[in-house]
Amino acid sequence: MAANPMTQFNVYRIGPEIKVGAFDISFTNASLFMIISTLAILIIFNLGSKKNSLLPNKIQLLAELSYTFVSKMISDTAGVKAKPYFAFIFSLFMFVLFCNMLGMIPYTFTVTSHIIVTFVLAAFIFIGVTFIGFIKHGFGYLKLFVPSGVPAVLLPLIVVIEIISYLSRPVSLSVRLFANMMAGHTMMKVFGGFVVSLGIVGGWLPLSFSVALTGLEILVAFLQAYVFAILTCIYLNDALNLHH
Amino acid sequence: MIKKIYFQSIFFSFLFSLEAFAAENGGMPQLNPEFWVSQIFWLTLTFGILYIVLSKLILPKISNNLETRKSQILENIEAAEKQREDSETKLKEYEEIISKSKLEAKNIFNQAREKALKDINAKREVLDKQIDEEISIAEEEINTLRKSAPEKINTIAIEASSDLIQKLIGAEVNNSSISAIVDDLSKRNGDKYYGN
Repeated sequence: MAANPMTQFNVYRIGPEIKVGAFDISFTNASLFMIISTLAILIIFNLGSKKNSLLPNKIQLLAELSYTFVSKMISDTAGVKAKPYFAFIFSLFMFVLFCNMLGMIPYTFTVTSHIIVTFVLAAFIFIGVTFIGFIKHGFGYLKLFVPSGVPAVLLPLIVVIEIISYLSRPVSLSVRLFANMMAGHTMMKVFGGFVVSLGIVGGWLPLSFSVALTGLEILVAFLQAYVFAILTCIYLNDALNLHH
Repeated sequence: MIKKIYFQSIFFSFLFSLEAFAAENGGMPQLNPEFWVSQIFWLTLTFGILYIVLSKLILPKISNNLETRKSQILENIEAAEKQREDSETKLKEYEEIISKSKLEAKNIFNQAREKALKDINAKREVLDKQIDEEISIAEEEINTLRKSAPEKINTIAIEASSDLIQKLIGAEVNNSSISAIVDDLSKRNGDKYYGN
């Protein structure tokens, strides 16, 4: 039944089943939208960087504005040392943003509404940041868990809390994005369903809600991509500049 | 690390239990692990390609574009500044030339005036001298004339009076006696006639 608001999240195989060993890596609708997002990003930014005119055209302006936006975000939160990671954070921000935004088009699939996708991204960030921290500071990175200026009595408790908060980073990062996407799309589907079931008489109210929700969801799509990227920057900042 | 693994195992077990719960209701497809591996594989592939192409090809180009634009704008500003300075110096030079030529014109004018004045003065002096000379010559002439005048007058008077006497009385009178009388008269009346 299309009326079930969760069917929009169904992953189904497109084409034949592909198996590598025990693993099923078939091409699915999720894969399709990942590829569409990637291609869209690459096409837009390729067009935006092709010509270098002194007065940029619209697409060049778009590419350059995104570049300076992300670059400013990184330098503001993680400082100059984070410059080598600019390309990664830029791709991350753009990938999440495009997946979120493509999901706003009706009958599309939202890649980021799947916990496994966001969790893989978050886990990769978590592991990468932890590696960077240990490479830059050695075992001194463990000082992150011992905040300065804390009474010795409280220290065991604080250290445990710090470790838990550090380890929960990938979970919070991935669940935040996934839950926002899923909740928003579910809500829109529910309101859409109300429009149909209430018909021409009572359907206007949920329809107006649906319109308002669409605007809100576009905002959320951008905001969550931004939050995802900026939290990555903050974690990177912890690893690069050990402040504690 | 152990803690992390422990934590993740908790997390995953939580997901699996949810999934089992969801499967009953036909609920969240997100928790159906059927396509997890596929999603992880395609995510890694697409994101990896995206990252490589962006970092190796596109982002350097954009940053290069931004840099060249920045430097070009700076260059243009510098060139404009230079041209402004050039024009200012040229304006100064022009003004200098103008003031110099004004001064020169003044000098030339002054020199010409002085020269003209000198010429005029020289000519005037020459003329004055000539006039003076002529005046003095004339005065001399007048003087000589004045000196010779009484004698001539006397002779004329003597001749005239002898003629007159001859015509009046028809007798010849000795010239010397007449001259004596005229001399006597002229001596007596000399003051009256000549103002000497």
